[in-house]
Amino acid sequence: MRLTYLLILAACLIGTAPLEVFLRTRVYARLPRLAGAVLPIAVVFGAWDIAAIAADWWHYDTRYLVGVTLPGRLPLEELLFFIVIPTCAILTLEAVRARKPHWLIGDE
Amino acid sequence: MNYTLSVVLGVLAAGALDLIVLQTRLLRRKAFWTAYAIVLFFQLIVNGLLTGLKIVRYDSSTIIGWRIAYAPVEDIAFGFAMALATLSLWVWLGRRAARTTSGADR
Repeated sequence: MRLTYLLILAACLIGTAPLEVFLRTRVYARLPRLAGAVLPIAVVFGAWDIAAIAADWWHYDTRYLVGVTLPGRLPLEELLFFIVIPTCAILTLEAVRARKPHWLIGDE
Repeated sequence: MNYTLSVVLGVLAAGALDLIVLQTRLLRRKAFWTAYAIVLFFQLIVNGLLTGLKIVRYDSSTIIGWRIAYAPVEDIAFGFAMALATLSLWVWLGRRAARTTSGADR
């Protein structure tokens, strides 16, 4: 199914969304900070991915992709992966902080 | 260069970003390792799906060959470097905002 990879990423966002609501992680609420953390990661890891694709370290099965290919033969889903997974990681850290406020993170 | 060597360098770079460049020192914080344990659990599921369903296939010459939940062990290191670098940037941005403003909208 061509939506498979996209659905996996959607599940990650849907699964972590309750953290923002119920633990008040305020990650999406601080969008500039979120973008400032995630976009450089997407650029660097996207470049890593493009280099790996060029070197034939791995390849993607187009049967599971929507079919949008970005420059460097990068599937759209891969770029989204580098945005979604870091966002989920930040939500997780903020959820830990919400439950354990005495565990300092370093930005207090 | 292969995937194995590149993830070793990636982990070292992320560690240097955290400990030296941004000095967020997440590697010494309980909150980071707790969050990472949760992230790792879900990364194993996502990596396992991507590899198990063969959405992505690896050239056998670029990996060491050890697999955990279908995915090459290198993916765990890749995911660790990504999580550490992301969270280091996130905390650094928050720390910088806290120092320059009242911190009300960090």
